[in-house]
Amino acid sequence: MCGLEFPTDENLIVGMERADDAGVYKVSEDLALVQTVDFFTPIVNDPYWFGQIAAANALSDIYAMGGVPKTAMNLVAFPAKEMDLAVLRLILQGGIEKIKEAGVVLVGGHSVEDKELKYGLAVTGFINPQRVLTKRDLRLGDQLILTKPLGTGIINTAIKGGLATGNIVDYVTQLMATLNRAAAEIMRSYPVHACTDITGFGLLGHMAEMIADLEMSIEIFAQSIPIIPEVLEFAAMGLVPGGAYKNREFREVMVDFAPSVDKIFQDILFDPQTSGGLLICVAKEAAQELLEQLQENLPHPVGLIGQVVAEPKGRITVH
Amino acid sequence: MEKRLDCRGLACPQPVMETKKALVEADELIVLVDNPAAKENVKRFAESQGCKVEVKEENGQFTLKILKQKTAEKSIPKPEIIEGQKSIKDTELILFIDTDAMGKGPEELGKILMRSFLHTLEQSEVRPQKVILLNSGVKLACMGSEVLEDLQELAAKGVEVLACGTCLDFFGLKKDLRAGRVSNMYEIINSLAQAKKVIKI
Repeated sequence: MCGLEFPTDENLIVGMERADDAGVYKVSEDLALVQTVDFFTPIVNDPYWFGQIAAANALSDIYAMGGVPKTAMNLVAFPAKEMDLAVLRLILQGGIEKIKEAGVVLVGGHSVEDKELKYGLAVTGFINPQRVLTKRDLRLGDQLILTKPLGTGIINTAIKGGLATGNIVDYVTQLMATLNRAAAEIMRSYPVHACTDITGFGLLGHMAEMIADLEMSIEIFAQSIPIIPEVLEFAAMGLVPGGAYKNREFREVMVDFAPSVDKIFQDILFDPQTSGGLLICVAKEAAQELLEQLQENLPHPVGLIGQVVAEPKGRITVH
Repeated sequence: MEKRLDCRGLACPQPVMETKKALVEADELIVLVDNPAAKENVKRFAESQGCKVEVKEENGQFTLKILKQKTAEKSIPKPEIIEGQKSIKDTELILFIDTDAMGKGPEELGKILMRSFLHTLEQSEVRPQKVILLNSGVKLACMGSEVLEDLQELAAKGVEVLACGTCLDFFGLKKDLRAGRVSNMYEIINSLAQAKKVIKI
């Protein structure tokens, strides 16, 4: 992207220069548009659940900005000559039912013939310009809450290798298909300063984005981080996706691990997530209450995993 | 009998899967891979199966020499050994405790038994993956509980202690939880469903 001059104007609140989870464009004093797009190749074997997961994943970025998604458009790449259209129908059904669950309407879409199947959505939502949650407005003392357990990359690799059984496949499918809507709605009543969703760069990758070049530091506690059952076993068996290694290569220079955090656990923190949870930075005094509300209302484990501290600047410490 | 596997160009997790297949028959295996991620994954897999692994790198290509050890177990994921703690974590076991007095009989004896059970558990090398507390079981993790320290020690050693939120609310104990964390029925059901072993106290 270097060297390209992106068009901009004075109403652009979040654009290419402040690259964040979604773009935000001011419409009036109390209204702004939020836009995002996401698509990918199949994550699970079942077409309906692939559709569900792709939709949940696409909507997540709107929630991560503090916005409310309203309209969506399908993006489809389909090998029509090799695959039965019934498969596409199921994928779209999955997507449609997920966006309905979110109160979002489908306003169109586009499809192309392609050797490789892909599905996703472009999503538009609304937000109050005063309440946009970027990933960079952390404050000292903020507490970090993670709303979904980690490990989907590793588990999906185990599934690809045929080593994961029915129970864990179902668990992870449900986990990825869970909207971040409930978490986003609950956090609205609390003094949240920054937020992002955990996806392809892994927990540490997304945290690194939050503090890169900032005069702040993050410390997290391995014991407090929710992880998917069995992920440690699979990681110990070498079922770690290439993306985790890439994420580690890119960001490990910014991370200090305590000796008690073994290499296998470290991989989980770099593991690329699909449709992961929200990482919420909330004011210290409200953290315990927000945590309890989230724990009571969300179907998956939620953890208060760390906090924003002053030193060492621009680094992440994992205890 | 030595076998050679060329896993160059294979996408993850194929190198691990090919190695796994080959190790069923071969006692000695040479695996070729062309990227560090595959090298790390194959090495880790072989070591998790009790094999000895030697790695050589040349021009970005990796050759792994894998030797089965005679005493190694075959392909069964071992219980996780947590470094530095000299304990064995049984990642398949969940303890489900829905009372603060163990067994059917005089309550006083039940409480003595519960204390003994949790204290002995903490002292032993057995580490369940989770301890789920329901109904009056949640009292065990609250301020004033005689087993609080044992539960805190277990939690510090990596055992997840989960206390049902509805129950804490019922007893008015939410603010008094001192070990583990608040959970909900959804998480409890998921935990039980995925567990290989559940022991109900």
